[in-house]
Amino acid sequence: MKFLCIDCDEVMTFAERELPGDGTLAAVFECPDCGREMAMLTNPMETKLVSGLGIQVGGRTVPDQPLELVRSSVTTGDEQAFADLPLTAGTVRWSEAAAERLQGVPGFVRGMVKKIYGEYAVERGIEEITPEIMDRARQDLGLEGM
Amino acid sequence: MTERTRKVRTYHEVADPDSEDIVGQIEAQRSKLVGRLADIDRLVVVASGKGGVGKSAITANLAALIAERGRRVGAIDGDLHGPSLAAMLGAERTPLVVSEHGVEPAVGAAGVKLMSMDLVLSDGAPLEWRQPEVAGFVYQSTLDTGAVRELLADVVWGELDFLLIDAPPGTDKLARLLELLPVIDTLLLVTTPSEAARRAVGRTVRQAHGTGISTIGLVANMTAHECPDCGRSEPMFEADGAARLATETGLELWAEVPFEPRFAVATDAGRPLVLEAPESPAARELGRLATKLANATSDTA
Repeated sequence: MKFLCIDCDEVMTFAERELPGDGTLAAVFECPDCGREMAMLTNPMETKLVSGLGIQVGGRTVPDQPLELVRSSVTTGDEQAFADLPLTAGTVRWSEAAAERLQGVPGFVRGMVKKIYGEYAVERGIEEITPEIMDRARQDLGLEGM
Repeated sequence: MTERTRKVRTYHEVADPDSEDIVGQIEAQRSKLVGRLADIDRLVVVASGKGGVGKSAITANLAALIAERGRRVGAIDGDLHGPSLAAMLGAERTPLVVSEHGVEPAVGAAGVKLMSMDLVLSDGAPLEWRQPEVAGFVYQSTLDTGAVRELLADVVWGELDFLLIDAPPGTDKLARLLELLPVIDTLLLVTTPSEAARRAVGRTVRQAHGTGISTIGLVANMTAHECPDCGRSEPMFEADGAARLATETGLELWAEVPFEPRFAVATDAGRPLVLEAPESPAARELGRLATKLANATSDTA
């Protein structure tokens, strides 16, 4: 999906994501020429159907994770079902606040989420993950709900 | 009237062809699955089309026996909503290790590598998906199929001689499973002598014939009851549906497994009968079935 600023004949660029509630994803786009903004509101039912295919709308931002669909979509999973091995490609520290926030993620998917944040940090040379880094990663990678 | 002169460009004129690559994502899923199964010598689907015929118990016993005979065996519980294979194979519920290569399978009786939703769900909880509050049925099939794809593609099966897939009951679910699999070496269709089973499994046979699978065997379960005291054997059903099904479809009846109370007891205890009581009539017949399966080639249908 693309948005074209008709007056400028320019493709609007992604500016930010928001989660206003009820499963809606709001993606804000901006015209690089005139600065006009618009928000695309996804229909939660349509988005879910596509993600159920294992497809990431907008393209993959992180590598395919093992049992990604199961871990991100099952609501009755066992908190202790998985033991995720630590990152092999580098190390990264977690600030106390970031670690506390990570604890808020259900145990069923926590290891996978931690790995994604870890890889994000390692790839960018970030030594410590803070809540701010988590926010930035969520936005950059499109990790809504993580 | 003003003539409209504005021309809006097309998606492909403005989009980077690699930006979303939905087709590429689907192809990547497929290629991951094919790659994962490439080291598996024989892919066997155990299906029925009728619930309650003992398909999972047959799968568990076959897997355990073939493994006991020294072959490398894996088993997938394709019944996401009623998983039972892990318990039947006595797999311990320990956290599944996730590495960069995928999820390490659990290990059941005789060293069978195993994956089941039973190992993933909270104890006793039904499988529930995160989905919109209304019309959840719209998503159910898509999510279920995606989960089966992940059980196949995301588990570190390694090199196996056999991977047995316990398919969920129902021709619809079997069809989706068969679509996911790049190749199926053998399809075992489990039935009982009952007329109800004959009719239901008959539909599955018809479906299977349309898929081009060359090796299909019928397995009749619960054919007779053998008295544990006097040894006298009596038919479990008055009908001879399994034999009729074989005649009608031209498929060979690969095995006729009698019912034994200890079969049920061993299954419930997670100790496959073929290991627990290998000399029992049911275990001996399962042994013949395992041999037949191991020797089956693509021209034995």
